[in-house]
Amino acid sequence: MARIEAEVGKPQGGFMKWIDDRFPFTETMKAHATEYYASKNFNWWYIFGVLATVVLVIQLVTGIFLTMNYKPAAADAFASVEYIMRDVEWGWLIRYMHSTGASFFFIVVYLHMFRAMLYGSYKKPRELIWIIGMMIFFVLMAEGFAGYLLPWGQMSYWGAQVIISLFGAIPGIGEALVEFIRGDYSISDITLNRFFALHVIVLPLALIALVFVHIVALHHVGSNNPDGIEIKEHKGPDGVPLDGVPFHPHHTSKDLVGIIVFLMIFSGVVFFAPEMGGYFLEHANFEPANMTATPEHIAPVWYYTPYYAILRAVPSKLWGFILFAIAVVLPLFLPWLDRCRVRSIRYRGWMYKSALSIFVVTFITLGWLGTQPAEGIYVMGARIFSFLYFMFFLLMPYYTSIDKTKPVPDRVT
Amino acid sequence: MNEDDVDRIDRNRRHFLAVATAVTGAVGIGAATIPFLSSLKPSARAQALGAPVEVPLGSIQPGEMVRVLWRGRLVFVLRRDEGMLSRFPDNSELRDPDSLVAEQQPDYAANETRSVRPEYLVVEGSCTHLGCAPLEDFEVRPSEGWGGGFFCPCHGSKFDLAGRVYKGVPAPTNLRVPPHRFVRDDLILIGQDTGAA
Repeated sequence: MARIEAEVGKPQGGFMKWIDDRFPFTETMKAHATEYYASKNFNWWYIFGVLATVVLVIQLVTGIFLTMNYKPAAADAFASVEYIMRDVEWGWLIRYMHSTGASFFFIVVYLHMFRAMLYGSYKKPRELIWIIGMMIFFVLMAEGFAGYLLPWGQMSYWGAQVIISLFGAIPGIGEALVEFIRGDYSISDITLNRFFALHVIVLPLALIALVFVHIVALHHVGSNNPDGIEIKEHKGPDGVPLDGVPFHPHHTSKDLVGIIVFLMIFSGVVFFAPEMGGYFLEHANFEPANMTATPEHIAPVWYYTPYYAILRAVPSKLWGFILFAIAVVLPLFLPWLDRCRVRSIRYRGWMYKSALSIFVVTFITLGWLGTQPAEGIYVMGARIFSFLYFMFFLLMPYYTSIDKTKPVPDRVT
Repeated sequence: MNEDDVDRIDRNRRHFLAVATAVTGAVGIGAATIPFLSSLKPSARAQALGAPVEVPLGSIQPGEMVRVLWRGRLVFVLRRDEGMLSRFPDNSELRDPDSLVAEQQPDYAANETRSVRPEYLVVEGSCTHLGCAPLEDFEVRPSEGWGGGFFCPCHGSKFDLAGRVYKGVPAPTNLRVPPHRFVRDDLILIGQDTGAA
């Protein structure tokens, strides 16, 4: 009896115990940070996942503040953006951070995806991480597209016109679908209003949910590493992988350096080149939307141009749309297209190394071609490089299964 | 629950109830999506704003074109002169010279000049590829075999002076002729082709 009385009303273990009895705080911190073991040989390619999260936070915060002054109506939208730029205190900074953040989001995500291709991070057992990641990429593309209509400039209007019209290529339901997406007979105030809803609620919500699931899946199977070997196969007597170090504080402190360098570059662009020569903010978009005149030269923002070049390479509306859709979706199947048992490029043969190098050149060239007018040599170039783009994926089962590989070490190097 | 009770469970009945619940729920959720999806269709206001527009023809000189907006869409009204009407390209250069794709024009415009009256061409200024506004290019350049027409700056589609699409360009069909009618000799109504004005 006496012992029980002593416990009543006396906190045992303090505040954290009180929390932990009600919410798995310490347990979660251990599982995902202080006792989440990631390989000790991470190189700088492994910074881009963290940086993508940083950009996501930048976009969410600046986005929230932009909505406080932006007006999602055709009559007011363009002027409200100008108002943010000129009359709202620091409005220009918030808006430039958001527009620059959009481009940096894609830079970081493209590099993050390239890292996965370098080290085979999409291979078993990480296929779902890759698939969830691709879904994040799709949502990101939709998010960027919806956001681009909001300033209601010339490029906003005509870019949306072109991309929404794409769906009209679907036989049978195409035209009805286009009208349903627009909610009107043309892109109008109604379209702008619903794109605003998509951009600030629907898609960001999906994005956050998918990023959460992406990380849950990652922490379940464990991170890959530049050697592409499983660190969980060599554990010490304490059950900790011998080549692993706790994510916090080892990787977090390293990441902090990367984040600071990233923010320096990011600030450089925000303050000195927010338009980036018309690539981050297209010049035609400084004119309000005009339904009666398409800009002379219409091109999407740089991050869509590789796919846009593929779309334009075909002189057929339906086939252009089909190839465009396949080009976007194809990387989803990488875990099964790649038949090589070795993950990391360090131990793979010349075929995959050459194929990946050609692919990088192809992707960048397509991106450049997508910004050029659709005539003459540019169309020819787009056809050649579109062919190479598809061949990288479609021939992959073949060249990855006959490629000679080097022996993979047991432990990380 | 003891073991005797387990034996008395009617599994068929349980299965039926589970399926019935799931189906009822699915139907209910399905029905509940209708108002939400319908709210995304063109609203009554959007439909009302899509009312027909009148275009006076008096001030349009032969060879001139005016642009008007109907339902927020760009519509070209081109008054073709004699020269224009004599300079159509050869049918072999066109994808659909006889206007066989029925959705692209009302029946009364499915003729050689794709118009009610040959002089006036009324077409939507929206490229049938991806919806950019084509530019007028009425200059005759015999060296290029160009008798004048429309050129889309986005992806290079070309149309003749009746809005008919050339072969070998991305646009699949002729420019669309909206419903329209002549109210008087000098007044056109776009968006309506029946009933009193």
